[in-house]
Amino acid sequence: MKFLAKSALAAVLLAGTAAPGSSADGVVNVYNWSDYIDETILQDFEKETGIKVVYDVFDSNDILETKLLAGGTGYDVVVPSGTFLSRQIQAGVFQPLDKSKLSNLGNMWNVVSERTATYDPDNAHSVNYMWGTTGIGYNVDQVEERMADAPVDSWKLIFDPTVLSKFADCGVFMLDASDEMIPAALNYLGEDPDSHDPEVIAKAEDLLMSIRPYIQKFHSSEYINALANGDICIAVGWSGDVLQARDRAAEADNGVTVNYSTPIEGALMWFDQMAIPKDAKNVENAHIFIDYIMRADVMAKASNYVYYANGNEASQALLEPDVIGDPAIYPSEAALKTLYTTTPYPPRVQRKVTRLWTKVKSGQ
Amino acid sequence: MTQKPRDTDIPAVEYLDSRSAQGPAGSLEELHKRLLLAPPYRWVSQAIIRSGLSARGILIATPYLWLLLFFLAPFLIVLKISFSEYAIAQPPYTALFAWVDDVFIQIRLNLENYQLLFEDDLYWRAYLNSVKIAGISTFLTLLVGYPLAYGMTRAPRHWRLALLMLVILPFWTSFLIRVYAWIGILKKEGLLNLLLLNLGVIDQPLVIMNTDTAVYIGIIYSYLPFMVLPLYASLEKMDDSLLEAAADLGCRPIKAFWQITFPISIYGVIAGCFLVFIPALGEFVIPDLLGGSGTLMIGKTLWAEFFSNRDWPLSSAVAVVLLLILVVPIVAFQKMQEKDKTA
Repeated sequence: MKFLAKSALAAVLLAGTAAPGSSADGVVNVYNWSDYIDETILQDFEKETGIKVVYDVFDSNDILETKLLAGGTGYDVVVPSGTFLSRQIQAGVFQPLDKSKLSNLGNMWNVVSERTATYDPDNAHSVNYMWGTTGIGYNVDQVEERMADAPVDSWKLIFDPTVLSKFADCGVFMLDASDEMIPAALNYLGEDPDSHDPEVIAKAEDLLMSIRPYIQKFHSSEYINALANGDICIAVGWSGDVLQARDRAAEADNGVTVNYSTPIEGALMWFDQMAIPKDAKNVENAHIFIDYIMRADVMAKASNYVYYANGNEASQALLEPDVIGDPAIYPSEAALKTLYTTTPYPPRVQRKVTRLWTKVKSGQ
Repeated sequence: MTQKPRDTDIPAVEYLDSRSAQGPAGSLEELHKRLLLAPPYRWVSQAIIRSGLSARGILIATPYLWLLLFFLAPFLIVLKISFSEYAIAQPPYTALFAWVDDVFIQIRLNLENYQLLFEDDLYWRAYLNSVKIAGISTFLTLLVGYPLAYGMTRAPRHWRLALLMLVILPFWTSFLIRVYAWIGILKKEGLLNLLLLNLGVIDQPLVIMNTDTAVYIGIIYSYLPFMVLPLYASLEKMDDSLLEAAADLGCRPIKAFWQITFPISIYGVIAGCFLVFIPALGEFVIPDLLGGSGTLMIGKTLWAEFFSNRDWPLSSAVAVVLLLILVVPIVAFQKMQEKDKTA
């Protein structure tokens, strides 16, 4: 709750500093994921450029996409994930970036840029903000207490019903994101995680239904606090979020030890991309903001704070050793090879996927 | 309308300044005359007079206009979207109308969305489960609300206003925050569990959070004022001498309650039940925050169709059907109210 109050307060303060609804120069309206930035970066940006930042947050791609598709969001910079970005570009939501205004583009890391180009050809509409993996966060002591040899480095911990059932009483959370959990299930089964074939996807349904009785909740942000407070044992979550939970628990000194693992079978590698909506009013300022974030020292500061890897090669020299040196954040070359990426589902398949996901979530 | 005697008409426009104005200061007429000095008011006033509408006509038309603008128009838009098809576009659905040769309008009605609602049992189960949850919580709210309202009307007269205020007071805080507060109470290491554990009532924390029980608690808490207020209004009108007469004639209090008090308050009971049942049926916030992933309610299903599937047409179809289902109790409520007026 502390974090919630903190971020709510921060949002209020930030919103309060700018004239609401102002479209005159001097403002940039940013819509980013919750708990995803060191807020001093925004203050520094305001000091340096004189441009006020109106910062607003979301916790699911779905919310962002619905707003973008309705149009007239009033945001100048938004941060969708790759697969969503890809579909949104197709729907004509974004404008191409004016790369002449992005002096720091040379800082970007081609390992990431090459992968994001599959979502946004030539990276014409977007620049990487952060990337990460979808893996397992767990309460070290509680898991050990229930199962001494728990396979914490494997998806067996989640997808093997006999294993997961041991932790049902302690609480298991799963991301409410069908486009991440279905690929994870398929990957565990040895299928192509990026399969768009309904028959293959149906196999993921059977697997997910078999472990459904042991999952308490599907949610994409509550697990941070739940893990940190020791309310739950296991969460399938995003790397940096779990690491934030780990640090909050350490800060609170509440006897809870949280750990993150990227399962050996492989995990989803995802990318959050900064882009400018077509109907943005402060296009110039949006470019200035994106360019500022791409500065090596700024990006390093952001990653040092949120524990997510970024797509900025120049920033790597400035990262704290516990960030660049943590394989949970920057996986080794070998681990990087096990990571997979996915592409958006076509509309007909998407409907089946959501239907399947509703069935899994409701457990009936 | 123009042929009727227009005795209720606004007086003809006169350009009077305040000094020559007649009539007692502060009267409505005086205010009208003063306001005529301001051009916008004058224009509206003149326009009304020219259009031949009587003041009464405007008064009667206003709520209809309101309904037309804020209820019927949005509904027609939703209805229109429900007949279109999902597309990757902004907005994400196909156009219903298309010009052919610049002369004809072609209308393409896509009935597939409604067909899917019938084919897939998910939606029916969600509808039925919503009816069940709304029904049970309405009954429980009545059980909690009735003694509360009854107690309020039995309280000394000078207390009643304060008690009424206490019922209304929670509305001053955002609904969302009040529901959030329940998370702090109901969760595994929440206030309720800590209290019960410390009192030694239980030795294992109760799992209430993320279950249907939490949803019931949330709905009962949130909608209690909607139940208490109409009950209070109907119970307050009751003549105490009826109960005295019953007692004098040897009727026991419990029997007197069922024979006199309850029948008198029946319209309050019905009104309260409708006021709780109707919004609870489409409730989204409470099941989302307090309920578990297994809590299947139509509000959540609609949300998932809209946000996760980006399927505006299908979610519009769900909304249209939900409205049709709600029309039944709403019409019954209207009928009941009319009966109440004539009674």
